[in-house]
Amino acid sequence: MSAVKTSIPKRTFDAVIVGGGGAGLRAALQLAQANFKVALISKVFPTRSHTVSAQGGITAALANVSDDNWHWHMYDTVKGSDYLGDQDAIEFMCRNAAAAVYELEHMGLPFSRLDNGKIYQRPFGGQSQNYGGEQAIRTCAAADRTGHALLHTLYQRNIAARTQFFDEFFALDLIRDQDGYVLGVTALEIETGEPWLFEARATLLATGGACRIFRHSTNAHINTGDGLGMVLRAGLPLEDMEFWQFHPTGIPEIGSLITEGVRGEGGYLINKDGERFMQRYAPNAQDLASRDVVSRAIAQELLAGRGCGEHGDFVYLKIDHIGADKIKERLPGIRELSMQFAGVDPCVAPMPVTPTAHYMMGGIPSNMHGQVVTPVRTGPEEAVPGLYAVGECACVSVHGANRLGGNSLLDLVVFGRAAGIHMIETLRENPIARPLPEDAVETSLARLARWDKRKPERKTERKPEHEPQKTGTETVAGLRAEMQQIMQAHCGVYRNEALLKAGLEKLSAVEARLPDATLSDHSKMFNTARLEALELENLLPIARATLVSALARTESRGAHSREDHPERDDEHWLRHSLYFRERDQLDYKPVRLKPLTVKTFQPKERTY
Amino acid sequence: MQFSKHPVTEPHPLNRLRWLCRRGMLELDAWLMRFLDVRYTELSADRQAVFADLLYQDDMDLFDWITGECVPPVEFEDMVEEIKTTRYPR
Repeated sequence: MSAVKTSIPKRTFDAVIVGGGGAGLRAALQLAQANFKVALISKVFPTRSHTVSAQGGITAALANVSDDNWHWHMYDTVKGSDYLGDQDAIEFMCRNAAAAVYELEHMGLPFSRLDNGKIYQRPFGGQSQNYGGEQAIRTCAAADRTGHALLHTLYQRNIAARTQFFDEFFALDLIRDQDGYVLGVTALEIETGEPWLFEARATLLATGGACRIFRHSTNAHINTGDGLGMVLRAGLPLEDMEFWQFHPTGIPEIGSLITEGVRGEGGYLINKDGERFMQRYAPNAQDLASRDVVSRAIAQELLAGRGCGEHGDFVYLKIDHIGADKIKERLPGIRELSMQFAGVDPCVAPMPVTPTAHYMMGGIPSNMHGQVVTPVRTGPEEAVPGLYAVGECACVSVHGANRLGGNSLLDLVVFGRAAGIHMIETLRENPIARPLPEDAVETSLARLARWDKRKPERKTERKPEHEPQKTGTETVAGLRAEMQQIMQAHCGVYRNEALLKAGLEKLSAVEARLPDATLSDHSKMFNTARLEALELENLLPIARATLVSALARTESRGAHSREDHPERDDEHWLRHSLYFRERDQLDYKPVRLKPLTVKTFQPKERTY
Repeated sequence: MQFSKHPVTEPHPLNRLRWLCRRGMLELDAWLMRFLDVRYTELSADRQAVFADLLYQDDMDLFDWITGECVPPVEFEDMVEEIKTTRYPR
């Protein structure tokens, strides 16, 4: 144990897990059941993690409904990723999918059942039999609350296994020594406003996605990419940050998601002229085409000036023609959401919708054991000792350039378990903690002190936007809103060089104003203003990583669509981007095209 | 599931409630925050306690009650209705 004295309370564990969603809980369970002392830090109560929003299900080739096997699931995932996914990690995930689902069932997850008693499965987009043939029926579900059921099952198991929960603790920074070992984290106790040090021989980040960098997002407000910010501050890179999945039909401003089910029931999209424009973009599938196709079609309509409303920034989804009775019977939840957030009753009028940021494919570079990896000298993927990442915050990469529905919950449990197993090995091989560096907590304390800075007494007059503002006139909410606006307008569904460059300039201007921001509230207890400031410090560099990575990638692949480079370019771009913050530069590493045991799926044109 | 870590035995400060309004679902963030901003301070102490209690309920239950998928328990019925009808002033 370390002898270094720190100025703040210190707790020592074998392992510390940051994030209480499905991935963090699954990894923690593995460790706690092996009798290791595990701390799980979560900024909200774990069962209020964003995993609860994953309602659709978890994909595994159980073959309960349609003929199926994991090879076909693997093919679909590789193809869905637009060949950017690492094929060894994808094989690992798909091979282990059935076992992961049965394990959850044995833990007590109440899956829906078929008449014969087997686990119920439903069809999702991008699922095929026999390598691109008939639709497969592969996604296991617990009614429409699979994520919720998963979260509660894992939480209860962790309680039984004596994982120590630190609810409402906000992780601040990784502690890294001179040799690059990660020795734990600092965290803020939200209730008291006091910083703590969590020392551990293994640290896992499971902090979820960061779609809050965008103005229109389906993500809960907690999704601010805190683990990604920590990794960048520690001098480590982020991978494939140009790839964000946009759901085609979110309610403007709020972002609330209108499911594909509405189009499945006969709903269709119209532009301001009342035209059913999907007939032009996807003559066969029309309104039921895949998410990226529909998102791009809507974005094109908006760009062409055929958007609806005062600002022409949305299209309409019409469903009233199926009749009020059917809508009330089959889509009651959607009707309520529309009335609540768009002020529109879909029984009498069309609902406004627009492409909305939904899932982050990129993240913290990791391997299939959950180890965080970074280039060191000639090796492109050297493990960072003591550090792991799993779930949406990580980039394994199984989703590549585009994620398939039902694969995210699978990602959480398969790699959560794998990381837990590898962490156990690490802990057994390293029974003695390395000494903490003298300055272990200095960075975090300096960040907190910076936000204690008061607004100057004298009020300064606000100058026009383009002129430098006087100290203390900026607000966290104002800067965040500007960042979100920039990302939506300059780095949304459609991108081009001029748009991205202008976005980067605007973002730089916002970043330059951050030091002038002060808080209106300097209280200690539950100071949400301070938390939002710390979240903004995580969001801004993620937005920058996204713009820089998107500007460099001169091709269109999966969710990254460049108007000026409309084709996929395997010759130059079949590789992963790595963004480093200190140099504000990119590096690249090859896609792992060789699976573990089967033949490589060679890149082909992706058509559905 | 109901959490008992911080039982509602005394009035919660506004900041504490604000953090409790951070949920796993975007719609809940919007509904609960909107109610806290627009209506909460004008409620009686009893009603404020009901709202605090509501914040300790499960995300999926709250979502189903507000979207009308399920009927809320009788003690929350009025509060859920009020949350549904609250709007930010134009």
